[in-house]
Amino acid sequence: MTGYFLQAFIYLCAAVIAVPLAKRMGLGSVLGYLIAGVIIGPIIGLVGQETAAIQHFAEFGVVMMLFLVGMELEPRMLWEMKARLLGLGGAQVAITTGLITFIAMQLGQVWSVGLAVGLIFALSSTAIVLQTFQEKKLAKTEGGRSAFSVLLFQDIAVIPMLALIPLLALPELIDLSASGSTASGHHEELSLVANLPGWAHAAVVVAAVVGVIAGGHYLAHPLFRYVVESGLREVFTATALMLVIGIAALMSLVGLSPALGAFLAGVVLANSEFRHELESNIEPFKGLLLGLFFITVGAGIRFDLLAQYAGVILALTLAVMLIKAVVLYILALIFRVKGSNRWLLTLSLAQAGEFGFVLLGYSQQHHVLPTELAQILSMVVAISMFLTPGLFIFFDKVIVPKLSQKTNKQQVPDEIDEQGSAIIAGIGRFGQIVNRMLTANGFKTVVLDHDMSQVDNVRRVNIKSFFGDSTQPDLLHTAGIEHSSLIVVAIDDKQRATDLVHYVKHTYPHVHILARAFDRGHGYELKRAGADWIVSETYHSAMEMGGEALKAMGLHPFRVEQMKTAMLEREQVHEAELYDVWQKIDEDVKFSYQYTQLFIKLEEAMSDAMKKDRADYHTRSQHGWVPPPKNYIDEIEQDLKNDPC
Amino acid sequence: MNKILILYAHPSPHRSEVNQPLFNACQAVEGVTCVGLYGEYPTFNIDICREQRRLVDHDVVIFMYPLYWYSTPSLLKEWQDLVLEYDFAYGPEGKALQNKLFFCAITAGGVEDSYSPGSYNRFTIRELLRPLEQVANLTRMHYLPPYTLFGARTAVEEQRLDVHIESFVRLLTLIKEQNIVYQDATDYVTLNQYLCEQGSISAETPYLSHDLSTREGRL
Repeated sequence: MTGYFLQAFIYLCAAVIAVPLAKRMGLGSVLGYLIAGVIIGPIIGLVGQETAAIQHFAEFGVVMMLFLVGMELEPRMLWEMKARLLGLGGAQVAITTGLITFIAMQLGQVWSVGLAVGLIFALSSTAIVLQTFQEKKLAKTEGGRSAFSVLLFQDIAVIPMLALIPLLALPELIDLSASGSTASGHHEELSLVANLPGWAHAAVVVAAVVGVIAGGHYLAHPLFRYVVESGLREVFTATALMLVIGIAALMSLVGLSPALGAFLAGVVLANSEFRHELESNIEPFKGLLLGLFFITVGAGIRFDLLAQYAGVILALTLAVMLIKAVVLYILALIFRVKGSNRWLLTLSLAQAGEFGFVLLGYSQQHHVLPTELAQILSMVVAISMFLTPGLFIFFDKVIVPKLSQKTNKQQVPDEIDEQGSAIIAGIGRFGQIVNRMLTANGFKTVVLDHDMSQVDNVRRVNIKSFFGDSTQPDLLHTAGIEHSSLIVVAIDDKQRATDLVHYVKHTYPHVHILARAFDRGHGYELKRAGADWIVSETYHSAMEMGGEALKAMGLHPFRVEQMKTAMLEREQVHEAELYDVWQKIDEDVKFSYQYTQLFIKLEEAMSDAMKKDRADYHTRSQHGWVPPPKNYIDEIEQDLKNDPC
Repeated sequence: MNKILILYAHPSPHRSEVNQPLFNACQAVEGVTCVGLYGEYPTFNIDICREQRRLVDHDVVIFMYPLYWYSTPSLLKEWQDLVLEYDFAYGPEGKALQNKLFFCAITAGGVEDSYSPGSYNRFTIRELLRPLEQVANLTRMHYLPPYTLFGARTAVEEQRLDVHIESFVRLLTLIKEQNIVYQDATDYVTLNQYLCEQGSISAETPYLSHDLSTREGRL
């Protein structure tokens, strides 16, 4: 037990120290994790053999990441990607594999070894690339999308590759292992399809995929509902984890890639109202596991091997990256990916990936590659991954500035700023109206509410909304608050509304905050918390009704309108003064728990202010459309006689 | 140095092709206060005290608006009704506007020829603006003829907008630096004519004159 704690502490400690440092120096978190791994592994030697075992565990981060990526993609978008997915992705894998196989054979390898190496190096690192895209906000660019379709195709292609590799076994290696008594006792993996005939195998696989899709579509909603109604946050987290782990397990059982299954499930849930809540629950696990994975890659670098074969490994690494980059660049040309996006695609996918490790291990197991070669190749994979953050930095610092200089010369800057979306927290009767105003005028909104039945209700009238507690920073983050231009705070719980305003103001000062107050005191609390504009929930409707009452008493409608305006104006005049009074009283009362006193004193202050008004304030109701005095014509004529214009 | 106040009134600026670009250009001129009335008072609740203070603080007042039924858009009329109060703008104690310079910068739909006794608009633009001329007179301001863009709906297509804006900015500078003798301009129909004769601005590029008989038929 103590051992586990110590190990966990070492890993976390390395990450906590190295990652923020790397990020601050502009290197990105991935490089930070890798460096942390190198330090605790080969350099200090704090961790050793267990890294391989941990790596298998940490690869689960990739599964979670694909689940999250899937949730960002609606089925429709996936369908629109099909040309790119099959064309670009297929061509990348086929051409790169072919080229590397050819070169390996030129270097004197047997064709079967060459092909295995080609397959291994054709794959890129989903983990590094997607993590970096997210960090640098490149995921939504054209280059980012193209890179993603290639990665997705590769992840799918791993499955046939795993089937193909055993067929490439070298007879002499099989003999060797047979003579060398029992090789590493590789135990049988649990499988549903191991002993089935081909047609049954296919049927089970199809049934599993259909099961995931149908389950996601029909069962997820009632399940989440049931869990949410229990009101326990941690059970929701458990459900989310259960879902992802369950899918991964099912996929492994039928011999499919867990990552692919998770991705599919993500796509199915993309339209669910639980999407944001799911995202914010899975996100931290994914981040930690991926970080752990990167650390193990760093820790797995073996300096002894590296020293022994330094020249070969470096040359191979550079050759692999160069070949992959050239293939990608040419494909980008063919698929008309332009400008900086072309370079992004080229540079981001030039490394070998984590599936490379999997295939290497697998190839070794099935006697396709000699152990020594496999070890060298795994160094090549690791080092190419290590170099990738450098390529991203190169892209950021060299390519983008250069290209943007060029385009700036050619183009006149756009006058219209891009409109960010609005977040609406709380979709009760109040939030609904605000939302309708925004969407009716073509603005995108993200609606959040923590009451499931409310979300259900508004979904029924076609308002796109999500379940979740908007006071949770994670949820706001997944709802895209950094890119939003405003947030409407219309949640019922006074304290939470104030907390939300406070949090948003301090974390995202650029977001304009519109808040609904329960009453005057709450309004002042919101103001102190940093809301930019506040309205009391009943103020305007009460004003309307007051006006109607005056009309019913026989006042002229236009006169009533003026009275209403005058009332509002009087409020505004004393606003600052009352706020100061409130702050002072609030300080005094806070510690005595006599909240009612606050309101009594505030009422007094208000009626004082109103009394003063009547004495000397020149309201608009007396000011506008005042006719001149009865005798004014005489006065003007007299005046003009004395002093003509 | 004259301080200039532009009161701009356009109820649908998002559709504006001339007035809004003109107003935007004015905002770049130093020493000119630009007030978008519809933006500031979208509910017509004009702050009378603030508007009166603005008037007192400036030497030149310009109404900038598209001609609506031979008059100002309604908010600018509301502004007059509310702000030009007895004993502020007129009356024995009302001398706040005395000796200020006042004129309109307007756009008109019809071509210049249509604003004449023989044509369908029947009066010159100067004649149609007489109510404002008399407001200026009663409030003891110096009135200048309107700076006008005729045929405003097709000005962009006929590439007359840039000249119009540049000339206006130059006019603002002349007024600001007190390089204009306003008495000389008082007898013209439009300020454009006066400036053109003075050589202060170039003549506008000529535009197509429309077939007046069909227009009359429509009215």
